[in-house]
Amino acid sequence: MSFEIPIGPQHPALKEPVGVRVTVDGEIIREADLRLGYNHRGVEKLAEQKTWIQNIYLMERICGICSHSHATCYVQGVEKLMEIEPPKRGLYIRILVSELERVHSHLLWLGVAGHEAGFDSFFMYVWRDREIVMDILETISGNRVHYAINTIGGVRRDLNELQIKHILESLEVLRQRSAYYQKLGTTEPSFVARLAGVGYLSKEDAIALCAVGPTLRASGVPMDVRKDDPYAVYDEVPFEVCTADTCDVLGRTVVRIKELMQSYNIIEYLLKNLPAGPIAVRPPRKAKPNEVVSRYEAPRGENIHYIKSNGSDKPERLKVRAPTLANYAATIKMLKNGFIADVPLIFAAIDPCICCAERSVAIVDARSQKETVVTMSSLGQLSLKNTNYKARKREAEWPL
Amino acid sequence: MATLRTLIYLIIYPGLLFIFFYATFAEWYDRKLYARLQNRMGPTHTGRAGILQPIADFIKLMSKEDIVPERADRGMFRALPAFGLAIVSVAMLLLPVWNYSLRSPSPTSFNGDIIVLLYLLSLPTFIFFMAGWSSTNLFSTVGATRVLTMLFGYEVPLFLTVLTPAILANSWRLAEIAAFYRQHPLLALLNIPAFIIALICVQAKLERTPFDIPHADTEIVGGTFTEYSGKKLALFRLMMDVELVVAAGLLATVFLGGFPGGLIPALINFIIKTLFVIFLLSLLRATTSRIRVDQVMALSWHYLAPLAVFQLLIIILVKGLIS
Repeated sequence: MSFEIPIGPQHPALKEPVGVRVTVDGEIIREADLRLGYNHRGVEKLAEQKTWIQNIYLMERICGICSHSHATCYVQGVEKLMEIEPPKRGLYIRILVSELERVHSHLLWLGVAGHEAGFDSFFMYVWRDREIVMDILETISGNRVHYAINTIGGVRRDLNELQIKHILESLEVLRQRSAYYQKLGTTEPSFVARLAGVGYLSKEDAIALCAVGPTLRASGVPMDVRKDDPYAVYDEVPFEVCTADTCDVLGRTVVRIKELMQSYNIIEYLLKNLPAGPIAVRPPRKAKPNEVVSRYEAPRGENIHYIKSNGSDKPERLKVRAPTLANYAATIKMLKNGFIADVPLIFAAIDPCICCAERSVAIVDARSQKETVVTMSSLGQLSLKNTNYKARKREAEWPL
Repeated sequence: MATLRTLIYLIIYPGLLFIFFYATFAEWYDRKLYARLQNRMGPTHTGRAGILQPIADFIKLMSKEDIVPERADRGMFRALPAFGLAIVSVAMLLLPVWNYSLRSPSPTSFNGDIIVLLYLLSLPTFIFFMAGWSSTNLFSTVGATRVLTMLFGYEVPLFLTVLTPAILANSWRLAEIAAFYRQHPLLALLNIPAFIIALICVQAKLERTPFDIPHADTEIVGGTFTEYSGKKLALFRLMMDVELVVAAGLLATVFLGGFPGGLIPALINFIIKTLFVIFLLSLLRATTSRIRVDQVMALSWHYLAPLAVFQLLIIILVKGLIS
């Protein structure tokens, strides 16, 4: 007997709304179908109405976890458009924050993986130690989530000796704890039994389906924008690209823990070799008509922003390709022939950030199950039609 | 006088009132321990160190709106929580805590009560299955099938290991088994492997991590209890707490020498020994991750059942040597 189980749009395993409809045969998944569009916010359209500087804050709010990734990707693109070069110290601080963000994102993911596998103790311990890196980020930027450290032409806040000392001390604690989690996460029998062999994605499939980030690297493909196409000062910093060859969720866990260790090394190198000088240059108000593609290795994988300018102080077009979107195709492949019990784990293993990746609105007719994809302009037309081409009246007038 | 004694036995101690308070206390103990093992605070607000929190939760759930799904089997859906609670409460009365005499059998302590107790502990599993099945919710249905699938895994090793000490003690009566091991404490050491296997099986029976598969919230939402709310859910939760106490009491009787003494020493013994078993169960819960239902079957048929049979053989040999 086969039947369809809807996982999402509202489901305890999902922190954000996305629909996965799985057709199961007993406990085994035969078919999986992904439905997007529950969290569309129209960020790209909004970006066209804001100035270059205002857009930094908008881009930062695309995502709550990799907020710095989107902001940096955008700022790098705009700096190329405006033909300005940020000073060395500014770039060092910028990638220092991005590595700290990678640390906090990977620790968060480890905890989530523990929770999805029903290993709540692991989840509690990892998230306790994630607070250390959150505190570091707060000391640097004054914020825990949206650091607001980027500006066009550099960064907004400098580091002093006291902060550097504090970060280095905290880093030692993090190193020890991460080593412990590496041991626990890869040797605890019941946890490994849940992760090993789950969500298999072969090397060929990973490349063919354009997987990115740790998902790709866990299939044995050493691809990392930081190494392949170094931005900022990554060409000066020594680090290794971490891979695993098990091609499963366990491999993705191992890759992320190894990357944590690499990030600690990068952070230490950056802090010890921090050059003196200014942290930012003054940017022009407008950019010449041009277009640019900016690539950035976010914790979840390669993040791409395409920016087009038309000579004014606003972008003409801003296109965001978040890493989660690139991993969706691979997820469907991984889900097939797995168990229902593994859906949350496989889905969580790509570290999905749904609000980053939302694109379109799909309308499903509840009776006929017919789906129509609605574009922004036709939605606008529909709303105009429904209001008889008049602006909506205020519902209450004073005095009531 | 006998009637009064029976009434006290049924209603106050170790009847319903005691069951309610002790079960909620056991839940608090389990929650607090689990939280401290995870470096959390656990309940702190209601009562000293949050000790009244399970009672507060119970009262809150009792006052919540109670919804019966339209497509559910209404009679079954409503009756099941009460049935379940009644079954585990009866099972509690069979534990040889107070009102029994070793020499003469009574309604609560007779030859073969260990079988009745095991049977009464099997019934809640069917109650969970029927609760899930009668909800007609997709998640409940999947949860219900998982309940039954798991039953085929852990039930056989559980029965084998719990009956092993009974064979050595040459009695099917809980009070006599406990008395036998109090007289021969060294023989109780032989049962340690059986105790460990029984602990794992009881963990599976109580559906706690690593066996919380039927209501794995990240996979199938509430599992068997997805559609339950309000009073019915409160009764189900109380039932699970009582089941925890009964299962811990059974293991304490069979493996840890029971609860000797009169009224007060027996109570103290009961509390210390059940809390010890619950401590071991909580430890197991805090240090493992949830496994898949096929892995439960593999675990119980590849390891637990053969080990239980092996233990049974050893016990039979030892019994032959002694007599």
